[in-house]
Amino acid sequence: MTTTTPAAPPQVIPLTPAEGKPRRKLTPYWLLLPGIAWLVVFFAVPMLYQASTSLQTGSLEEGFKVTWHFSTYWDALVEYKWHFVRSFSYAAVATVLCLAVGYPLAYTIAFKASKRWRNVILILVIAPFFTSFLIRTLAWKTILSDGGPVVGALNALHVLDLTNLVGLTSGDRVLATPLAVVCGLTYNFLPFMILPLYTSLERIDPRLHEAAGDLYARPFTTFRKVTFPISLPGVVAGTLLTFIPASGDYINAQLLGSPSEQMVGNGIQKQFLNVLDYPTAAALSFILMALILGMVTVYMRKAGTEELV
Amino acid sequence: MSRILKWVRAHLVVLAGLLALAYLVLPNLVVLAFSFNKPVGKFNYEWNEFSTDAWTNPCGVADMCQSLSLSLQIAVLATIGATVLGTMVAFALARYRFRGRSATTAMIFLPMAMPEVVMAASLGTLFLNMRIPFGFTTILIAHIMFCLSFVVTAVKARVMSMDPRLEQAAQDLYATPVQTFLRVTLPLAAPGIAAGALLSFALSFDDFIITQFNSGPTTVTFPMFVWGASQRGIPVQVNVIGTAMFLAAVVLTVAGQWLGNRRKATA
Repeated sequence: MTTTTPAAPPQVIPLTPAEGKPRRKLTPYWLLLPGIAWLVVFFAVPMLYQASTSLQTGSLEEGFKVTWHFSTYWDALVEYKWHFVRSFSYAAVATVLCLAVGYPLAYTIAFKASKRWRNVILILVIAPFFTSFLIRTLAWKTILSDGGPVVGALNALHVLDLTNLVGLTSGDRVLATPLAVVCGLTYNFLPFMILPLYTSLERIDPRLHEAAGDLYARPFTTFRKVTFPISLPGVVAGTLLTFIPASGDYINAQLLGSPSEQMVGNGIQKQFLNVLDYPTAAALSFILMALILGMVTVYMRKAGTEELV
Repeated sequence: MSRILKWVRAHLVVLAGLLALAYLVLPNLVVLAFSFNKPVGKFNYEWNEFSTDAWTNPCGVADMCQSLSLSLQIAVLATIGATVLGTMVAFALARYRFRGRSATTAMIFLPMAMPEVVMAASLGTLFLNMRIPFGFTTILIAHIMFCLSFVVTAVKARVMSMDPRLEQAAQDLYATPVQTFLRVTLPLAAPGIAAGALLSFALSFDDFIITQFNSGPTTVTFPMFVWGASQRGIPVQVNVIGTAMFLAAVVLTVAGQWLGNRRKATA
């Protein structure tokens, strides 16, 4: 889960005194062999296979052949362009919400809670992981049900008028609207935001805050100039861990949305499992992967942290 | 009034944090409450009447406990596989400089940076092309694949933070490499390995997307059962299992921390 390397301890490598002997030189490769072979065969090779599948034509009965049928990509893009738009915009909104909701909680755990409470809250953040997330997502159907207390309160506070205005909801429903899907995505990936944030905040020496205070920085200035910049690796890791899975998700759209909230994941799932049109499924997931990798690369370059593994 | 406002302003961050916590915990409370419901129709979304039927008869639904046991079997095997393979890779990365190190790191990172549905569809395509029938084995292969990277990350972080002088001391005291590894290195790395294993278990047990693309008609895991049920009608027992899992997780974590604290106190 921790995606940031800990503060590097004084030069650990090389350790073995016998280093240099040829037998020792092979040791890392023997250690790597089974794990990396597993990843090559079941992760990297399938990716290549997928590239070839996306250029095939045929049917399940007659078999598929590579025909360099590039128009599969074009057709998939045309048919699913709104799915892509929805995937990335829902994922982006959910990521921003996760950051807005998760940062105060991570900050509270790191700086405000006593040691005992810190553990209790951390358990409460992690424990939901152990309840099937499908069950927890279904619980949102109850929470957001039409005419339920949450929807009633949102209506009374005129929040729904606002979300109606920006097209997140329509009428006085929340279920089967983009808002419900975004709410589910935010909920499902929130722990992935909180944990890296907490890891990076926890390392901050509280004396830095005192020092900023001594230099007449107001609390908000301290946060803006000291705390937030130091926590940036956590922010980058958290946003990636939220955005990437959220943009490929199809469960929230399926369970909490209506057909008009479907995301790319729903398209891939339908093509692969129901239509059995494997070339289109492969093309869709290839486009999704390429777009995400592109965005992540640009983002990481902008954010300027590379210590993610 | 102004005093209240002042207090709220002073504790704004904590209040926001607690609201976030409530947002995280609320669905679990709903799952708990609705495990005591006696729903009217096939779906368990609306409160009707208090009942303990589901708790007294948790396996009363056809196929549900079977799917639960299948999920447990897969999770245990996937955890063992991913932990063994991942720990080896983590030691290689943390302890050795070698040619191809950065390529290895990238290989470990990529599965974590890939949306599940992409890995799911591509692995499924491979199995289809190779005419390997979908079933227990294909699910297990897929689960070990996506758990591996998480184990490597957890173990590597731990091994990197270990003091190498302890192992050097053991060797100075004439411990053989095997003795050093078993008595010094492994116990020191154990918390990282345990964290990786625990994470693998949770990820594998709860996985839906990759499983849906790589399972056969007879291998219905628990998440697959819930998915199917969400379309046909959800038995209350699903909530019972969900709540039991949540409670077991909390109890295990608390017990683990308590044991850890006690060990620290006696050491």
